[in-house]
Amino acid sequence: MNYTEKLQNVTVLGAAGKMGSGILLLTAIEMADLSLKPENKGKLFVLNAMDTSSEALKGLMKYLKTQVMKAAEKKVIALRQVYHHRADLIDNSEIIEQYVEDVLFIVRPTTNIEAAYESTVIFEAIKEDPALKIKIFSQINEHNKKAPWFCTNTSSIPINELDRKADLNGRVLGVHFYNPPAVQKLVEIIKTDSTDPELVEFALTLAKNLRKTVVPSYDFAGFIGNGHFMRDALHGINEAVKLTDNFTFSEAVYMINKITQDFLIRPMGIFQLIDYVGIDVCQYIMSVMNPYLPNEDLHSDLLDQMLEFGVRGGQNSDGSQKDGFLKYEKGRPVGIYDIHKKGYVSVSEIQPKCDELLGMLPASYQPWKAVVGNRNKEEVFKTYFNELKTIKSMGAEIARNYAKRSKEIGLKLVSEKVAFNENDVNTVLLTGFFHAYGPINDYL
Amino acid sequence: MIKMRRKVYMVAGYNTISMGTGRKEFNPKKERPGLEEYIKEAGQGVLKQIGGAQNVDEAVIGNFIASRFNRQANLAGFIPYIDEGLRYKPSTRVEGACGTGALALVTGIKSVLAETADVVLVLGVEVQNTVKAIYGADILAAAGWAKERKDGHAYFFPGKFSDRSKAYAEKFDKDKTRSAMAKWFENAIENARLCPTAQEYHNTTKDLIACGMNAPNPKGFVDALNVFDCSKVSDGASAIAVVSEEGLKRCGISKKDAVEIVGFGQAEEDITKPPVDPTVLSTTKVAISKAMEVAGITKDQIGTVECHDCFTIAGIMATEAIGFAEHGKGTDFVLEGNTMRSGKVPFNTTGGLIGWGHPTGATGVHQAVTIWEQLTHRAGDSQIKINPERPYGLSINMGGDDKTLVSVVYKNAE
Repeated sequence: MNYTEKLQNVTVLGAAGKMGSGILLLTAIEMADLSLKPENKGKLFVLNAMDTSSEALKGLMKYLKTQVMKAAEKKVIALRQVYHHRADLIDNSEIIEQYVEDVLFIVRPTTNIEAAYESTVIFEAIKEDPALKIKIFSQINEHNKKAPWFCTNTSSIPINELDRKADLNGRVLGVHFYNPPAVQKLVEIIKTDSTDPELVEFALTLAKNLRKTVVPSYDFAGFIGNGHFMRDALHGINEAVKLTDNFTFSEAVYMINKITQDFLIRPMGIFQLIDYVGIDVCQYIMSVMNPYLPNEDLHSDLLDQMLEFGVRGGQNSDGSQKDGFLKYEKGRPVGIYDIHKKGYVSVSEIQPKCDELLGMLPASYQPWKAVVGNRNKEEVFKTYFNELKTIKSMGAEIARNYAKRSKEIGLKLVSEKVAFNENDVNTVLLTGFFHAYGPINDYL
Repeated sequence: MIKMRRKVYMVAGYNTISMGTGRKEFNPKKERPGLEEYIKEAGQGVLKQIGGAQNVDEAVIGNFIASRFNRQANLAGFIPYIDEGLRYKPSTRVEGACGTGALALVTGIKSVLAETADVVLVLGVEVQNTVKAIYGADILAAAGWAKERKDGHAYFFPGKFSDRSKAYAEKFDKDKTRSAMAKWFENAIENARLCPTAQEYHNTTKDLIACGMNAPNPKGFVDALNVFDCSKVSDGASAIAVVSEEGLKRCGISKKDAVEIVGFGQAEEDITKPPVDPTVLSTTKVAISKAMEVAGITKDQIGTVECHDCFTIAGIMATEAIGFAEHGKGTDFVLEGNTMRSGKVPFNTTGGLIGWGHPTGATGVHQAVTIWEQLTHRAGDSQIKINPERPYGLSINMGGDDKTLVSVVYKNAE
């Protein structure tokens, strides 16, 4: 496998999307860095940014410019060496501008799929729709004479199925980036039974160069990340629905969100996370995974209902959070959806009552932000959960069950051969979901 | 040797806040005061203490490089903006990179000595938080020789002093040098915490030595300095009045509220030449000895020093340049606590460039204001006890890599 040669002509499909734009950014920088090496002087590097929306591609190029500039500012010390031979580039500002130009010149925005016919590597980050992915892979595979490699960013569809149905003969690999790809350290790599070992080697080299943490996963719908997240989310949704027997819908959502964020010391509550990912995306991923889970029903009526009411979550094109289960102002939750009124109740209205119902947090509680970087966080969590065990309150009880369920989901991913081992499950939650502790632990 | 043919005093100093990271009110995303506001605040701060603009004969404004930080040149034009009473009075802008402030001071001193003025308003200003640090580094590199920029470090000046630090550590003692640099940092922050205008006034870090002991990271920054070894990016202005005996009377200021300038020394080195010995601040040494010679004092009569610690290593080398420590022993001098506020000769009593801040063109004036405050007992919480056997204050302001130097000797005028 010649790594550089493979990266001379690449296409990113769905390049203007949330995941695609990040993958494009990382790939563009990696390709530009290769192109600037003295031994690659004169070689042509082409990165097709393919998307069906011309409008979105315009936004993509803006995003790309800003992000590459930030990246260049961070590595200007190294860039001064790269451009040392260029007598005309003296100031940091000149070097940064040149680098931005060099990266952007590699990228060709296009709405034509034909661009991919010349590529040796194809990154796919289109809609999570098996039929669509198969159709596009087949089409490219048919017209591309270079036997290209396909790296799919699917988070839920089995790779073996894509390989078989698009007739790719082992030239496909799951390379699942986390959102946002430029920031998130985690990449799940999913081989099929017949994936070309050279393709795996290529992906591992790329991930290493991008300074990503690689976790291998078995080829099972949802893999580790969504395998845990979707079940965890469903547990949260069900817990909230249970609470609606005695409380209003908004109160129930508020309480479960608070328990998952504060009592469980996570970066955000489960309903905020569902909003972040998108209620529609969550529903869709569950629907893609569900057919592969004969003994389980991964489906939520509540998500269907929310979508019927037009409440979707997800992000605006500028990255700001759209309203979902929660209403946001400057990224902070300020309201909770009321499914009867079809509007939002302000947090301050229900907070005092709900907080009292849930009871006090353990005395040793520290918010996620304060613990996540703590080198002795294991001790912190031991103390914390020991305390949580002894507290008799509604909040503590639901939290304990939640943590146990989260662990159970993790263990099941190992026993059902989705994850290779327990450590991989924890790594995914720690790096991909920014949890401060892995779900498989002995704290409770 | 120059002679002080006439008595020269400094009175009515004023410092704005040194604004930048570290200050609670600093938010890089929000609009902040510009050059005009800083100049006006500092200028009016002095005018209020000297009976108003009508008492001013002329003004000197020091600024390094507003032409690039703020797209502004011709700064002399902002003097009348301070107060209408300054319209049509002579105003001069001076520049000598980070040594600008003290060049403004000596320009004022020389006017008084030449008897062309009795009251000179001297002001220094720089507003640098208009660009990210990585681009600010390009701008500040103009303090060095432009032809060296290409081969220089991305962070040009930290690169220069990293080279000095490395040479010093290799020649003498690596661990001790690092420890002394950490100690310098600790002193700087502890002093800044006592001065409400200091950039590090709000600093609450518990283990300052641990910060200072951080190993440098050449991939992210320079080879031999960590970020705590460096002065920060600052916005600020300082001003003071340089006056004659007649000037004092005109402004109605008594001598106990004034410092007398008993000596000053200026020295310039060729900007195109590398340091003769990177472990020595040779030009600094010359300027200091000139100033002390004019003042007719020895180092043992100096009670407080404001030195140009743009980097911790420069502070340590300054102790040697003054003669407090032999070559290579500045580290011991600092580690023994001599430069602490409780030590033999308190250095940089409001934090210096690292603790108080380094609005480049204002720094030399800020040093004079601090010494004026200390010697006239108006330094508030930062006040040190002046040992009667060591009644003199000394300031050292440096432009570039030991190129443009001014040192001034002060004493209480009473």
